[in-house]
Amino acid sequence: MTDTTAQTGRAVAAPARKGSLLEVDSLTRKRNAAEARFKMYGLSAVIVGLLFLVALLATILSNGTSAFTQTFITIPVPLERAEIEAAEKSIVKTSKYRAIIGTAFANVLSSAGIETDMSAKDLDKMMSSGAAASVRDFVLANPASIGTTHTFDLLASSRVDGYLKGRVTREDLINDKNLDAAHLDIVDRLSAAGIVQKRFNWQFIFGADASDSRPEQAGIGVSMIGSFFMMLVVLVLSLPIGVAASIYLEEFAPKNRFTDLIEVNISNLAAVPSIVFGILGLAAFIQFAHLPQSAPLVGGLVLTLMTLPTIIISTRASLKSVPPSIRNAALGVGASKMQSVFHHVLPLAMPGILTGTIIGLAQALGETAPLLLIGMVGFIASNVPDGVAAGFLDPNSAMPAQIYEWAKRADPAFYERAWGGIIILLLFLMTMNIIAIILRRRFERRW
Amino acid sequence: MSLPILVFVLLALSVAGYVLGRGRAMASAGGDARKLHSLPNYYGWFGFLVALLPAALMLLLWLPAQSVVIDTQVSAMISDRSAAESSRGLVMSDVERVAEGLDLAVDAGVLTEEQAASIRTEFTDVRERLGEVGVALGSDVTSETLQAAQRYRALSSTGDLLRTLAVVAAALAGLAFVYRRAASTFRARNAVEAVVRWILILAASIAILTTVGIILSLIFNTVEFFSLYPAWDFFFGLTWSPSFGGGSELGILPLLWATLYISFIALAVSVPIGLFAAIYLSEYAGPAVRAVAKPLLEVLAGIPTIVYGLFALLTVGPLLVDIFGDGGVLGVGWMGGGTAVMTAGLVMGIMLIPFVSSLSDDIINAVPQAMRDGSLGLGATHSETVKQVILPAALPGIVGAILLAGSRAIGETMIVVLGAGAAARLSLNPFEAMTTVTAKIVSQLTGDADFASPEALVAFALGMTLFVITLGLNVIALYIVRKYREQYE
Amino acid sequence: MNEMPVVDAEAGTLLPKISAKKVQVFYGETHAIKDVDLNIADRTVTAFIGPSGCGKSTFLRCLNRMNDTIDICRVEGDIRIDGEDIYDPKVDPVQLRAKVGMVFQKPNPFPKSIYDNIAYGPRIHGLSRSKADLDEIVANSLQKAGLYEEVKDRLDEPGTGLSGGQQQRLCIARAIAVSPEVILMDEPCSALDPIATAKIEELIDELRENYTIVIVTHSMQQAARVSQRTAFFHLGNLVEEGETKEIFTNPTDRRTQDYITGRFG
Ligand SMILES: Nc1ncnc2c1ncn2[C@@H]1O[C@H](COP(=O)(O)OP(=O)(O)OP(=O)(O)O)[C@@H](O)[C@H]1O
Ligand SMILES: [Mg+2]
Repeated sequence: MTDTTAQTGRAVAAPARKGSLLEVDSLTRKRNAAEARFKMYGLSAVIVGLLFLVALLATILSNGTSAFTQTFITIPVPLERAEIEAAEKSIVKTSKYRAIIGTAFANVLSSAGIETDMSAKDLDKMMSSGAAASVRDFVLANPASIGTTHTFDLLASSRVDGYLKGRVTREDLINDKNLDAAHLDIVDRLSAAGIVQKRFNWQFIFGADASDSRPEQAGIGVSMIGSFFMMLVVLVLSLPIGVAASIYLEEFAPKNRFTDLIEVNISNLAAVPSIVFGILGLAAFIQFAHLPQSAPLVGGLVLTLMTLPTIIISTRASLKSVPPSIRNAALGVGASKMQSVFHHVLPLAMPGILTGTIIGLAQALGETAPLLLIGMVGFIASNVPDGVAAGFLDPNSAMPAQIYEWAKRADPAFYERAWGGIIILLLFLMTMNIIAIILRRRFERRW
Repeated sequence: MSLPILVFVLLALSVAGYVLGRGRAMASAGGDARKLHSLPNYYGWFGFLVALLPAALMLLLWLPAQSVVIDTQVSAMISDRSAAESSRGLVMSDVERVAEGLDLAVDAGVLTEEQAASIRTEFTDVRERLGEVGVALGSDVTSETLQAAQRYRALSSTGDLLRTLAVVAAALAGLAFVYRRAASTFRARNAVEAVVRWILILAASIAILTTVGIILSLIFNTVEFFSLYPAWDFFFGLTWSPSFGGGSELGILPLLWATLYISFIALAVSVPIGLFAAIYLSEYAGPAVRAVAKPLLEVLAGIPTIVYGLFALLTVGPLLVDIFGDGGVLGVGWMGGGTAVMTAGLVMGIMLIPFVSSLSDDIINAVPQAMRDGSLGLGATHSETVKQVILPAALPGIVGAILLAGSRAIGETMIVVLGAGAAARLSLNPFEAMTTVTAKIVSQLTGDADFASPEALVAFALGMTLFVITLGLNVIALYIVRKYREQYE
Repeated sequence: MNEMPVVDAEAGTLLPKISAKKVQVFYGETHAIKDVDLNIADRTVTAFIGPSGCGKSTFLRCLNRMNDTIDICRVEGDIRIDGEDIYDPKVDPVQLRAKVGMVFQKPNPFPKSIYDNIAYGPRIHGLSRSKADLDEIVANSLQKAGLYEEVKDRLDEPGTGLSGGQQQRLCIARAIAVSPEVILMDEPCSALDPIATAKIEELIDELRENYTIVIVTHSMQQAARVSQRTAFFHLGNLVEEGETKEIFTNPTDRRTQDYITGRFG
């Protein structure tokens, strides 16, 4: 141990070369300040990003929730046989019905003690122009009701609805030829009397689109069906094709120019703008193959081509995650390569494949641009398709295209619908993503 | 036989093929499955595929061929005079509608088959008769159209008959083949696996087919466009003013300018925010923050673009007007309306934040830990390490990510359709409304323009330009990113 | 176990460069270092040996607080350099690491030029006033690391283009450039061939003149060749520490004996 003494002894001889560690020098302080600043930038970037998300969601919710309620006017309408028959004989059937409702409405007003010198025609403006048709539909569907008095909840016009939701103010009405302040006074008193009321709006969720003049009637239900049929096409085509392509590329493909070409194509297709797929759909499916325009079938085909790269990429990842030992074990007991893949690898990769497929479908569900080019936009989601074939082939819209359609219309009452439609669309997307996450959690394997 | 029934019959025959193949094999092995070369089911599948595939292929080829043949035959009947009045295509679609109407009328029992084949416009008001069954025709049916339609129907029904015969014959031939081959020594499994392998290859080739399809559909129509409108004027024209009466000026430059301007703003918003967020999340944030913030940011990427479009149109646009517009908070009056380059650019920037951040995150994480340790071990602070070691090392990857984001921005449609405006303009003011390549593709193809007019066809030339630009960006970006990854593998 | 005479600072005679007392390290639940007391003498090469996973690297990384960069890592006890507690809250790890440099197992030059690799440290620590200063530091460090002659004509080529041995010497030069007092080396030769290893060992022997060096190694021969003192770790414990010759010829502990004779490891 003598040597040690010599060694450490030298340390004492050496002069301290630097200042104490316990004192932070000025340069280090400056550097630490820069460090703190840099970290702040990063944190602010994250916060800004999250704030954008919050702002977006808040906007959607605050503008869209009102689409789920709608203003109704409760009117007992006497359905006199003579009047009904006269109306049915006439050429302008609905305007006769409108007169019947008008009289009933005037009675409601007077029995509620609301005095007005407005003409029946002016009073009629408070009601949706679709009200007469809904009374008529009811009568035709229930002939037994003729001769009785039936109490209808009729849609109020979109201006009245907007007034009760705070969208339309009295100032707005100065230049409005449909409604004026006198109407609003009546609305105030009717709503105090409980005759005009906001209710939950099932028609928005399940109903069809309505024309420009009847925003209060427009619903997203039919375009939802359009989306549903499109997703069916996408699922039925992209899952098997995507899985087959992935199996080939991951398990069988030799390393050659052809395989490379496919790989390059897949990664590029994943980044091709969606509008280009719309052009492809228009030229290939409609111009060339003469498939019907605006049909969910065509929309589904286009979206399939668009989602395939996504599905192939995620499927290959989950095939890759199955360890080679599984394949070797199967091959070892004399299975053919094909059998080892289909009997052993594929089932193990299935949860991952399904997760990827659901995420791909969610992407397709929200896609709008290509649908515009194949004509799935405009006032077309107006009838519930009768039957499965019609569901695929009859002109229809899709949820995002319907939202776009509403956003384009002039009447701001449609904006509320557009935001409301977004809420429904996002609910669908959220559900799909949650299912995907659950699937992944549930079946996640660690090898 | 109608198409659905034919398909059904074909499937039934294929199932028969399964039963036949399996049964024959079992019989030849005397009922002892062990004597077979392959499992009995493979003989069944062999039968199924042999009955189905050739016939199905025949059907797939037949369908377009038949419609082409009929089209040429029928359109030859249309005189040049009536083709000159409107376009031949329009007359042909009239013919098809009348033919369809006649079909419906026969189905509904309004006309008998003979009547449908023989009615003449001279004796019957065809338009009204068809109206009764719910086929609305825009104009009166000329006798020429009606005759063409009748010819169309006759050819179609002959074609359908031949089609049925051909397909069923192919399926039966398949069955006969199965009957002969399905014996115990036949290597059914190898045969089936070879077919399955081809099916897999076919599925994988769809990626190539799609690309080819895109290129063909762009090229044909673009060439047609350039035969109507000079390419020089398209690529170098400074004005975009389509007018459906003719005499349009269709220069792409104003559109390209706005596209690039908006993309630039979008990148200016998303690259700093996305990059810093990625740096923070991968270098500083604790596991808890990371686990919450990362998926939340990625929610922004999962929101459909139509939502961003609406957000631009109805929220951000009016907000910007309140700030930069006439009588706005700043009182500068730069902004006339809500739709503007700035509006679209900002919102697109928000959309791209998660795109940039998750790509950069991957790339930053690919920088080996040893590099960080080396720098920290020398006494560098974390930010010095990031700025001077990690970012330079990750630079190629980040450049690739930015290029990919740029390609996204250039190809984005819904945000610009709703947020950027409709008027083409070459201006430097970002608060002015301008319109982009994608927005004009939509408006030119969803308008009422005749499909053969340059005003509609220009959309394909625009699409071609868009495709070439984004493809170029993607190829370069993917190449850079791949090279970058290989470097650290 | 520790037979080395430790003399108190106030007593003024014998003071180790580094002294560790009752050091414990935890990775989450894992107890990686258990109650280690160790003194390291100035201007000496001290070798850490021991079977894989015994905590050599962990202990080494405590000495310049590189463990701070691992979230789940917790260090307890008292480690002093020149009598100053380096885990004192007032100590800035950045300053500490300038004083206690580190060289890693795998050569890890930055993807920069050779010049910039060396100049990186001096630049961030503000050690040079002018370009000429910096040039001199770079040349000096390369010379000390015995690399100057080999690279002097290609200082602006990327450091990653050098051979493995050259890269490791570049990393040593990089560490020297910030003029540390202590250099920690974690298996610096394990990725190198015998010739490159010999060069590094030679270099370490020269550096001993001016620096306190701690080296982790798996090679008994290497420890015997380059170090004056050796510490043997086993399962997170410091089993014994002493003069290298002593440890290799006459270990006191059974486990040390077993390890150096190759009965486990
Ligand atoms: N980052 C870490 N997170 C969790 N545990 C760790 C970490 N680093 C090391 N450990 C654990 O601490 C113990 C000591 O590890 P250490 O790396 O110090 O061993 P070592 O002696 O350097 O081994 P080797 O000779 O193989 O390098 C081991 O059990 C190891 O599993
Ligand atoms: Mg180690």
